[in-house]
Amino acid sequence: MVIEILLTILLIVVVFSVIMLHVAYATYFERKVIGHMQVRMGPMRVGPHGLLQPIADGIKLFFKEDVFPETADKPTFYAAPIICLVAALTSIAVIPFWEGMAISDINIGLLFILAMSSLAGWGVVLAGWASNSKYAFLGGLRASAQIISYEIAMGLSIVGVMMMAGSLNMSEIVKAQAQSPFGIYAIPQVLGFFVFLVAMLAETNRTPFDMPECESELVAGYCTEYAGFRFALFFLGEYVGMIVMASVGTICFLGGWTGPFEVPFFPIIWFMLKVYFLIFFFYWVRATLPRYRYDQIMALGWKVLIPLALGNVILTGIMKTFVWH
Amino acid sequence: MLTLPQFFFIYFALAIIFLAGMAVNVRNPVHSVLLVLAMFFHMAGVYLMLNAEFLAAVQVIVYAGAVLVLYLFVVFLVNIKEEIRLKRFIGSYTTGRVITIGMLATLLAAAWSFKLGPAGTWSIEAVREITHTRALGIEMFSHYMLPFEIAGVILLVAVVGGMALAKKDRNRATTTEERRALMRGEELGE
Amino acid sequence: MPGSYLPSDYMSVLFLLLFALGFGVAAIALGQLLRLRRPYHEKLVAYESGNEPTELPRFRFSVKFYLIAILFAVFDVECIFLYPWAIVYDKLGLFAFAEMLIFIFLLLAGYVYAWGKGALTWER
Repeated sequence: MVIEILLTILLIVVVFSVIMLHVAYATYFERKVIGHMQVRMGPMRVGPHGLLQPIADGIKLFFKEDVFPETADKPTFYAAPIICLVAALTSIAVIPFWEGMAISDINIGLLFILAMSSLAGWGVVLAGWASNSKYAFLGGLRASAQIISYEIAMGLSIVGVMMMAGSLNMSEIVKAQAQSPFGIYAIPQVLGFFVFLVAMLAETNRTPFDMPECESELVAGYCTEYAGFRFALFFLGEYVGMIVMASVGTICFLGGWTGPFEVPFFPIIWFMLKVYFLIFFFYWVRATLPRYRYDQIMALGWKVLIPLALGNVILTGIMKTFVWH
Repeated sequence: MLTLPQFFFIYFALAIIFLAGMAVNVRNPVHSVLLVLAMFFHMAGVYLMLNAEFLAAVQVIVYAGAVLVLYLFVVFLVNIKEEIRLKRFIGSYTTGRVITIGMLATLLAAAWSFKLGPAGTWSIEAVREITHTRALGIEMFSHYMLPFEIAGVILLVAVVGGMALAKKDRNRATTTEERRALMRGEELGE
Repeated sequence: MPGSYLPSDYMSVLFLLLFALGFGVAAIALGQLLRLRRPYHEKLVAYESGNEPTELPRFRFSVKFYLIAILFAVFDVECIFLYPWAIVYDKLGLFAFAEMLIFIFLLLAGYVYAWGKGALTWER
């Protein structure tokens, strides 16, 4: 019992450190990708090819002065960034990186992810309210309305996967997927995958749906009043959230840890490649698409994605009952 | 000596009572909503201890994620600028206390008469084997078909009712001038 | 009986949650000792493009957000009903599919009604 607990804690520490390293270099990756897409170099100064840039950024943010606005509501202002970070980090627990390698392989893995993403929405709206500033309040409200709208689309888009796999457990989904005719659900569930990808961008508040922090009209949205490391916590939460969403996409639609052939000694490689492909997709979209207007975002979520996802559920039901059996 | 499950159960129970009490007593409505949020998470914990993981997830997704967001928005919408002091419904404190204690006594008396209902056909092992969500699904979509469809009708009524409540002020603005004023206000307020 | 079952799978989730919480709190608290702190009024006032803030920010709340929240609550419950149905789909067969079609139809009726009423349109 004691040894088990110690092992769990060790695993958590290792996974946490690895995730934090990935988060740091996801920011570097983002700046490089977008830089090159715009025919720039991206960060070049700190270290060779700017490789130490994320570390420099981290140190800078850590020592920045912590500005606490006079009119802010103390407890909520403290709690909001921590809620965001905790929600994102806790989701990591249920993600299997390769066979049998998850911090906790619970039966309701997918629902757990959805629950945690709704908690992340709380962090955002509370940050907006607690700051007691107009930009922050509007940003927080917009963000939370956007997150809840797209949560339905996201929840519906994975129902098709649940029907095909017959489970909510992440590992079982991957295993069922490996035995399916195509090997990945992205092909039979192409509609669900599309809805998931769009909802994934909106849930993590990424471009083209980065309404809550669009600089041109809301300064920085809900984190306008946050400075230094409190801001960094939001930032960490956002990037961990991206990694989580990319992992969920990988597990539900791209076959998780399975690959065309086995890689000895380093089984995580397929999982990582797929996750990084989806993360690259985030950046690619950011460099390509302009920002949506808020009413367009809401219209897309409610009028296009939800009917599409519902249609996908019914279609999957019909296919499963009449065609594939 | 407490076993680990007992410890968790007692912790969750005490936390729920404490947080609920705080939620009622706190002055700031948003803080109150936050405390209820924390309480819902502890309730999810109780569901977990009862081997009902799907219900725990529902507790978080629906109650913490949807219903409570609605409450929060109601708090924002009502936006009490200053505390509203109403005249007390019952004038004297003594009468109020007597009534409260009477209600408490009634509740306690009712609690004593609590007895377990007949056991269902599912044993704990059976539920754990096929997982709680599947057990629930099989039961809900075979034996409880009618309640499930009724739930669908109730949700439909909820949509219609929500529309009727929230869309009221839009219909009020009939002239162009009024609508324009409303638009100006909403542009600011978005 | 309450308190006789320990969901051991969730213990590691709890550990991770506590760990994340600890990290967040510690990062802020520890940094507090190392950071400089020179507050003055202009720095601490809420940002409003350099002007003194006019009126209070929280008194502007559009009813549209409330509407979205109502719709969200309803459709979220619908999603929740879909999950157990989806994972036992193979076991239940055609009858449950028909059952769910009726349910989805009922919800679609509400959806179309909300659309017709203009609740899904953000403008105006």
